Amino acid sequence: MHFETVIGLEVHLQLATQSKIFSGSATAFGAEPNTQASAVDLAMPGMLPVLNEQAVRFAVMFGLGIGAEIGRRSVFDRKNYFYPDLPKGYQISQFSDPVVGRGTFEIQLEDGSTREIGITRAHLEEDAGKSLHEDFHGCSGIDLNRAGTPLLEIVTDPDIRSAEEAVAYLKALHSLVTYLGISDGNMAEGSMRCDINISLRPVGSDTLGTRAEIKNVNSFRFVEKAIQHEIERQSDILEDGGKVVQETRLYDADRNETRPMRSKEVANDYRYFPEPDLLPVELDDAFIEELRELLPELPREKRARFVSDYGLGDYDAGVLAASRPLADYFEAVASEAGDAKIAANWVQVELLGRLNRDEKDITDCPVPAPHLAQLIQRILDNSISGKIAKQVFESMWNGEGDADSVIAAKGLKQVSDSGELEAMVASVIDGNPEQVEQYRAADEGKRKKLVGFFVGQVMKVSKGQANPQMVNQLLADKLG
Amino acid sequence: MSDKPSTAPSVDREEIEKIAELARIRIAADQTAEVASRITRILAMVDTLQAADTAGIEPMANPLDATQALRPDVVTEGNRREDFQAIAPAVENGLYLVPKVIE
Repeated sequence: MHFETVIGLEVHLQLATQSKIFSGSATAFGAEPNTQASAVDLAMPGMLPVLNEQAVRFAVMFGLGIGAEIGRRSVFDRKNYFYPDLPKGYQISQFSDPVVGRGTFEIQLEDGSTREIGITRAHLEEDAGKSLHEDFHGCSGIDLNRAGTPLLEIVTDPDIRSAEEAVAYLKALHSLVTYLGISDGNMAEGSMRCDINISLRPVGSDTLGTRAEIKNVNSFRFVEKAIQHEIERQSDILEDGGKVVQETRLYDADRNETRPMRSKEVANDYRYFPEPDLLPVELDDAFIEELRELLPELPREKRARFVSDYGLGDYDAGVLAASRPLADYFEAVASEAGDAKIAANWVQVELLGRLNRDEKDITDCPVPAPHLAQLIQRILDNSISGKIAKQVFESMWNGEGDADSVIAAKGLKQVSDSGELEAMVASVIDGNPEQVEQYRAADEGKRKKLVGFFVGQVMKVSKGQANPQMVNQLLADKLG
Repeated sequence: MSDKPSTAPSVDREEIEKIAELARIRIAADQTAEVASRITRILAMVDTLQAADTAGIEPMANPLDATQALRPDVVTEGNRREDFQAIAPAVENGLYLVPKVIE
């Protein structure tokens, strides 16, 4: 039987505020345990939450960024459960009236096609602390630094149909929130964590199958693998005539498998009710319009502009616009080099390739944009060939200076002196009488192929520095 | 009181045990029946309130029509770990220790 995969994602996004959502504690990552946990975060008696304006602003910016309805009146609720890293015994969240309502999100797949993913809602809530289960003489250790960190939980409709679409959605979401500057998007530090709801149903059916929820997956690659594994697991069960159990599972990256979390059946009864310590949040037009004014150019708009202003293909434009620092880098190179298409090609192929190879991000790129622009200018003014340029680029990557100093230091300037080139061409022709014979005997079509041998020899003699257009011309003249 | 039959939900012992478990409240076995009947009576009162016609009336969050004040995003709390941990039953390496919990 053929199954269709149905996936909905819940992303917990840490918002890039300085202080917590309900207290004045710092949110900096990596501090000593419990040094950023105040009386409010520890749920000391009598403490009251006070809402951080910036968290609300960031949430609204997200809503505006996806064209969603903004909750003019949103309400906080208590989600009740007991766990030691949640000192109050409830998490302050939003249930019935979230700050961001329905919206849509367009994703682009590798084949260039696009899909709309419905956003059900996005709501503000506080993060819990961290439990450490290593050896504490049979105890667990609790760090409450993270307790109270503002989160925006972004929930999609069950519109996603494959691991590829899920990853495309997450990448596009990551791109959007980092453009907006509402989150650092650092997945390794847990700034973007993903819960995956996944079920299968026979192709053509429109009722949803029983789903499993995979909790807390924190990298694009793991999301892809967890989904692939879960599709296999559920289709094995269904093909054997079994039933998928509705449960929460954990993805184990080391074993590449999902397995059920040990939890009681009653654990999901959260008994939400309105948080009596917080009043409804009312947002007026002035508050929302001020934020709309602050929105930067977003990935979709930037991609469209790269296509119309620079004449790039839609896919290439999408790659370059995916991250704001990469887009800024590309634009700096393009404007200084004076040729956007060559700049796009260099940034996308050489630079991104090199960054991937060294597992570096564009923000730690050792080649500054003006250096790459200078390199491209040297190709354009025929100082060096494209092939030599790659060699220069490698040297620049290794910190040997800008393009001009590398070219000078290594003597890589292209030979465009016709006298010098003529001498090289002559020596190659003299040195290979047999090939010359063959060439002269061949017809026009074959000659085109045979000339390649001579070009190669001249390049070898010139150590790759001969101007290829001139060499071709000279060879055509001399071989007759 | 209306003379139509009560539609108020009643709560049985099993539900009382479940709610107590969720709330981490221990109710002695010989008291669950009594608690169940008391909560059923409370629900009857809620049912009476529900009968009031509230169509067209906005729920009130605050009698003064106040809305939530927002706080500027500024760090105002310093590190007071020592004070807090002085009253904790067990700490180690800056962490609060609790009976082992594993998922």
